[in-house]
Amino acid sequence: MTSAPMEKPLTKNIRPGEEPLDITEYERAGGYQALRKALQMSPAQIQQMVADSNLKGRGGAGFPTGKKWSFVPMGDKARRPKFVAVNADEMEPGTFKDRLLLEGDPNLVVESAIITSYAIEADAAYIFIRWAYKLAAQRATKAIAQAYEKGYLGRNILGSPYSLEMYVHTSAGRYLCGEEDGLLNALEGKRAIPRTKPPHAVIVGLWGKPTAVNNVETLANVPYIVSNGAEAFKALSHTDEGGTKLYGISGRVKRTGIWELPMGTTLGEIFHEYAGGMLDGYKFRGLLPGGASTSFLLEDHFDARMDFSSMDKTGSRLGTGTIIVLDDKTCPVAMVHNLEQFFARESCGWCTPCREGLPWVRNLLEAIEQGQGTPEDLGILQEHTWLLGLGHTFCALAPGAVMPLEGALKYFREDFENHIRQQRCPWR
Amino acid sequence: MLTDEEKREIDVEVAKYHRKSAAGPEALKIVQGYRGWISDESLKDVARYLDMTDDELDAVATCYNFIFRKPVGRHIVVICDSVSCWIMGYEQILRHIEQRLGIQMGQTTGDGRFTLLPGACLGACDKAPVMMVDDDLHIELDPGKVDDILDRYQ
Repeated sequence: MTSAPMEKPLTKNIRPGEEPLDITEYERAGGYQALRKALQMSPAQIQQMVADSNLKGRGGAGFPTGKKWSFVPMGDKARRPKFVAVNADEMEPGTFKDRLLLEGDPNLVVESAIITSYAIEADAAYIFIRWAYKLAAQRATKAIAQAYEKGYLGRNILGSPYSLEMYVHTSAGRYLCGEEDGLLNALEGKRAIPRTKPPHAVIVGLWGKPTAVNNVETLANVPYIVSNGAEAFKALSHTDEGGTKLYGISGRVKRTGIWELPMGTTLGEIFHEYAGGMLDGYKFRGLLPGGASTSFLLEDHFDARMDFSSMDKTGSRLGTGTIIVLDDKTCPVAMVHNLEQFFARESCGWCTPCREGLPWVRNLLEAIEQGQGTPEDLGILQEHTWLLGLGHTFCALAPGAVMPLEGALKYFREDFENHIRQQRCPWR
Repeated sequence: MLTDEEKREIDVEVAKYHRKSAAGPEALKIVQGYRGWISDESLKDVARYLDMTDDELDAVATCYNFIFRKPVGRHIVVICDSVSCWIMGYEQILRHIEQRLGIQMGQTTGDGRFTLLPGACLGACDKAPVMMVDDDLHIELDPGKVDDILDRYQ
């Protein structure tokens, strides 16, 4: 029996290695029909539909998108202007999924942002693209210009009372630009540091006005939901978290890349069926399921489903859904050192635990890797997974940073101990 | 003094935002594009143009990894040193480039041709190891390929 080919709301127009569809081809493929439909609906109806779809934020946190939008003050009494910020500051190590959407189907990103803006009655939208994504910024800029020409942006969109301006912002590189409030500060031309919450950005955001900040992949689902309904979107998933997910993999596997699969596809299926297992000559040791801010998982976890709630149960997180594989010829201590070096460098320095703690963690790992570790170091590292954990710092950078450390201390403790006992790295 | 061209480009950015100062990072990038880096004098020029103090704008300039407050070479080589590239051979690529250019990370070649900088994940992890030279991404690097690439930037 052959089953119908799976629907791919995110990547249906993407042809690897080729130019993306231009706006006319995009329209011919059904593009901008969702916006036409959306404009016939009320913003409240769209918000309800997205809430019913169980769409959860794909930037890593997994917050329900419909719920986030529901906090935005609506109607005549809401403070204006209101904003949408599309978070395309993809800089989580090991993550390369939003690049695919931005480069592969920029019109989808723009249409998604317009519908989202309408759903919260925003007056302006910014697509915040990291400095390194030059091609993505070029293509998004072109897609926006063409959308203006076609009347999808600007005053009275498609003859409706709704008006929207849209801009690309490319910034100058800093990990915290991807943090919701860091992004808003960066857009305001300030240092990209987090803000005190509450109030949340949906109520007090850009220039103090209500602002919805959503990840690129999250929003790219919205046109499908509007066109096909919440039930159809939920049906795409293996679990009760709706839709498909862009899963990716890097490291020493046979096939690296990104695949759009049903939400809740198992780790094992992604690893074996899509990545083809390890490269010849390498053995699997562990993986980070969703970027640098997630904890290690082992082969024992291959039956686990890659959705937010199932990954939480493993002690790790879905994060961005882009897997990083650790092989047997790579030292786990050195790998964690590499990760903590990144986080220590990108810490904004605002809060003491993160500013002081992350360099300490990095230095201890470096000492262990170079054969100068002591048995006490492991206790200090372990303590830092709590000191820098959730609730003890100003934002989520440090709690994310200690996740792979915590996992490594749990699953690769023997490797740490061998470094200390032998006073050298067994891999070097 | 900002040139007319620089002012014109900054004005385009200013129009996107609700406050002039929001254009700070973009204005610095524009000026850096013409002058290579942001000297104290350039910083002051941009700050005045956006009705900011020097210190306000310097706080912004020093926050972002790709605003250069020191002179840099004609071409900026950014090697991705994040986890996937590191697993796939970053250290070998770094050693090769350092040897070939005769400089270490963070330095500029004597002829002012290249500055070598560390880069956080460039978002091309499936094609690791990678680097950027100026605006161009180069993927699936090996030492031979790196030589060919560097030759193209004079």
